[in-house]
Amino acid sequence: MKLLVHMLATLTIIGILSGGLLSEVSKWAKPKIALHRKAETEKAIFLVQPDAKSQKKIETVDFEIYRVFDENNDPIGYALPYEGNGFQGNIRLMVGVKNDLKEIVGLQVLEQTETPGLGTKVTEEPFTNQFVKLVAEPNVGWVKGAPPKKTNEVQTITGATISSKAIVDIVNGGLQKLRDVKNSGVEL
Amino acid sequence: MKTKLTLSKEYIKGLWENNPVFKQVLGMCPALAVTVSALNGIAMALATTFVLVFSSLIISTFRKLIPSQVRIAAYILIIATFVTLVDLIMKAQFPSLSKELGPYIPLIVVNCLILGRQEAFSSKNTVFRSVVDALGMGTGFLIALFVLGGIREILGSRTILGLQVLPDFYEPWLIMILPAGAFLTLGFLMGFLNTYTERKKRLEREAILKKHIKPISDTPINTVEA
Repeated sequence: MKLLVHMLATLTIIGILSGGLLSEVSKWAKPKIALHRKAETEKAIFLVQPDAKSQKKIETVDFEIYRVFDENNDPIGYALPYEGNGFQGNIRLMVGVKNDLKEIVGLQVLEQTETPGLGTKVTEEPFTNQFVKLVAEPNVGWVKGAPPKKTNEVQTITGATISSKAIVDIVNGGLQKLRDVKNSGVEL
Repeated sequence: MKTKLTLSKEYIKGLWENNPVFKQVLGMCPALAVTVSALNGIAMALATTFVLVFSSLIISTFRKLIPSQVRIAAYILIIATFVTLVDLIMKAQFPSLSKELGPYIPLIVVNCLILGRQEAFSSKNTVFRSVVDALGMGTGFLIALFVLGGIREILGSRTILGLQVLPDFYEPWLIMILPAGAFLTLGFLMGFLNTYTERKKRLEREAILKKHIKPISDTPINTVEA
């Protein structure tokens, strides 16, 4: 009986002390972590929308999207974070489009777990630069092994076709969702 | 009673004789998973050392108060507290590093190196000794992870700590930064280290033998032929 009390008391005391300490540290760390996340998103927005001077989160829809403005405070387009399946895991990217959703301005991969050296090439400029000024209507297409002939096509990376296609699919998925929302009459 | 090592020996043993990675083969998950670059290895080892030292400190202080039936649960609780602490601090202060090491920081909780040292050492030794032991093991872990990460980074991406060391015409071995590269590097390293230790042991033995055999070999056997 005495042992039981001793055992329970020991674990309880350790648990309480540990919980107390961690909640204090977490109180200190939380705002800092949130700040980093915000700074990261902001950086990505201005990378996919190089002409933007300011941005604002759109609150009227249930997913994350940002409206971006130029120096005269005129809206010039959107920055949309979107995610989907890659070759091995999730890919999260941010795509910048013009107001009419017909032309892509830029693309940044935010998070990925693709094969190092092969799939990770989708995060590098030779690939992402293909999305600059890319026509996104009716959707983005891809070609393999040759430079694209149409204005809405990108060339997949040799050795990383699945990762490249995954990026195209995610972009198409995100833009489709945006078009649907816009067509349904929601103010964006 | 077992003879106690001096404090410096207590520290040194973690570096080589009892190196957590090469000799005890503990903490393999982080050692293999995060060593794609030397910097990641260093960061992981420092985080692990922090947890190891503080858990050892707390556990050896209260070693007589914790009932042996619940000791493992108590150790895990204490270790988990420090790991969460490291995780939060890293996320707040070093966001890019925390992104690289991602899921491996929380996994320090179940790193058998830490639990193993608590069970084998801290729960039986004084506070000071335990901290010295933890520091030694941490340093050993650091050396091992730095060497592993360094080799993989040089061969896999031509750089060390971000500085290019191999010329451009060298085609990086992709496999070195893939999981398979970790096993290859570790296997070769352990092979070399074991061969070296074996050789050293053999030479020592031979030296001892020679010393004792010497008087015999000094006797003029060759005179028969002459």
